[in-house]
Amino acid sequence: MASVGAMLTARRGRGKADWTDWFSYGYLVLGLLLMFGPVLWLVLSSFKSEAALNEFPPQLLPYGQKSVAVAGNEHPLPLFNATLPDGTTRQLAEVRRIGIQSTLVDPKAPDQEFKVNIRDRKPVREFQLALGNYTEIFGKFSFGTFLWNSVFITVVATLITLLFNAMAAFALSKYRFGGRNAVFLLIISTLMIPPTIILVPNFLVVSELGLLNSLWGVIWPAVATPTGVFLLRQYMLTIPDELIEAARMDHASEWRIFWRIILPLSAPALAVLAIFSVMWRWNDFLWPLIVLSRTEKFTLQLALNAFQGELTTQWNYLLAMTVITLLPVTLVFAFLQRHITTGIAASGVK
Amino acid sequence: MNALEVPMRALQRALGVPRIAWIFVAPNLAILGLFTFLPIVVNFYFAFSGGVELYPSQRPYTGLENLQTLFDCENFLDPTTCRKDLFWRAIYNTGKFALLQVALMVGFALITALVLNRKILGRGFFRGVFFYPVLLSPVVVALIWKWVLQREGVLNAVLAAGGGSPVGWLSDASWAFFWCVFVSIWAHMGFYTLILLAGLQAIPGDLYEAAEMDGASPWRRFSRITLPLLMPNLIVVLVLGLIRAVQVFDEIFVLTGGGPGSATTFIVQFIYQTAFAEAIHQYGLAAAASLVLALSLLALTLVQLRFTRRNLAGRGRDNG
Repeated sequence: MASVGAMLTARRGRGKADWTDWFSYGYLVLGLLLMFGPVLWLVLSSFKSEAALNEFPPQLLPYGQKSVAVAGNEHPLPLFNATLPDGTTRQLAEVRRIGIQSTLVDPKAPDQEFKVNIRDRKPVREFQLALGNYTEIFGKFSFGTFLWNSVFITVVATLITLLFNAMAAFALSKYRFGGRNAVFLLIISTLMIPPTIILVPNFLVVSELGLLNSLWGVIWPAVATPTGVFLLRQYMLTIPDELIEAARMDHASEWRIFWRIILPLSAPALAVLAIFSVMWRWNDFLWPLIVLSRTEKFTLQLALNAFQGELTTQWNYLLAMTVITLLPVTLVFAFLQRHITTGIAASGVK
Repeated sequence: MNALEVPMRALQRALGVPRIAWIFVAPNLAILGLFTFLPIVVNFYFAFSGGVELYPSQRPYTGLENLQTLFDCENFLDPTTCRKDLFWRAIYNTGKFALLQVALMVGFALITALVLNRKILGRGFFRGVFFYPVLLSPVVVALIWKWVLQREGVLNAVLAAGGGSPVGWLSDASWAFFWCVFVSIWAHMGFYTLILLAGLQAIPGDLYEAAEMDGASPWRRFSRITLPLLMPNLIVVLVLGLIRAVQVFDEIFVLTGGGPGSATTFIVQFIYQTAFAEAIHQYGLAAAASLVLALSLLALTLVQLRFTRRNLAGRGRDNG
């Protein structure tokens, strides 16, 4: 019990490695495997050919059958390790296969043909990335359209969010007007109203506005984020009022003050909100699922969901699409991890 | 954007300086009004009206009928005796899921935060490792695990290599429920770990030094210093976790589709299906179920406000 306690209470700067340190590192390594392992497995699998994906048990790395060019044949022929009737094993290329009989030739001496039972030949494999998974999805599934829809929603909604939230935050932090506190409370109170409890009436509103099956039907309901207003207001409160007074002396209009002084000075907070907003909109699922029912309006998330639900799921394409979908978020994570984690720890916002 | 300067200048002249603030808050308020406040009111009308029409004017007022339908049970503890057995199954599933998921998630988040709070090599890296899944979209999370868990997936391959026989991880009701809890913890734990870690780092180190000088045992130091000082964060994390868990939908919907049968159907999926996915759109019933969900969320929020008056992290939503 004492050692457990030591682990539970130990803080930085205490020497002597005991088993609690081993426990900690063991826990972390296990965590590493559990957290990254499945993602890594997905990425590795996405480079496998359909045939390799159907293998059980699966190979760790993407392997494909080696093939060689043989004189007299237009296409490269698949290579096998064939056990010949005399018991020797040779590496041969398959010319054709009829029923259970395979006709093979030596790639270097293609004139002599060998006939073996297909059970007596094993494919020769080599490391091969099935990049076709990635290139073919654009032609086969109008993946480009889904990508575009997702990018459009994410970029446009984020820009509008930044503008609207910054305007509201500016008013709430830099003006004393009747009803200011009421407005602030009203906006903040919507933090406690998750979209899941107003799905039906929101559907009515969006449908009345003629925004069903329109990307704007996803964008507009999402842009007035209370989180953003709160975040930006807290930041703008730290901008000195003297700057605004000085600008007013110079007869700058209020809009100009907002646009030329407040916005540039709020850049750090705007950047944080932009990161959050990009992640929110890129990952949105339930609301787009309700608003967008036509395939050509699908976002990436909806397309993934639709494909995985199909009876004959083509996993090789689905995996490639999934990897492309997680790529932007992974890049954001790789470069901005510190900002995101400190931002969340400080504000309790996700 | 300075095209806006001319009309804004005109408005400023008309309204005066403090009142121009209303123009600045107007877009945000209008959007919230249209897509949050108006729907809250309209939801009540949906809940108290029947029929399959979407437009309120075409929906006959039916009073409490929808709620009565939902609550028409011979024995509330047994969903099969209810007229809307799926609703009650969803309620029980959600309750069971929320309690299990939050208890386990907060437990693991606490252990992780304690480990990450130690002087270890590569702390920033490991913090990132545990946080990474939080950023992934629910659909991607579900597909990652579906790929691992499918019948010919890597988990069954490992099992087979160890001499076991393959398990239908997502086609067996108990296993499917287990994996819903597991995947949901996997996806969200990093967020709660961060909050707890921030709480741990706010505890002054000299408290521990003083306790050590007084000869307090490590366990005592944990139970008398760490735990009490971390309590506010723990409560935030618990309630926040519950609020989110009650609304679980995205990743489970993609992972299991609510099945097998209704083993992993939760309340939001019930609302979604009833209103949008089934052949007959029962908007009224879905709105009534939304009211039940809203009520439970309100209760949780009140608990949270009671414990954390000054903490604005009291959030029911995680997407804005």
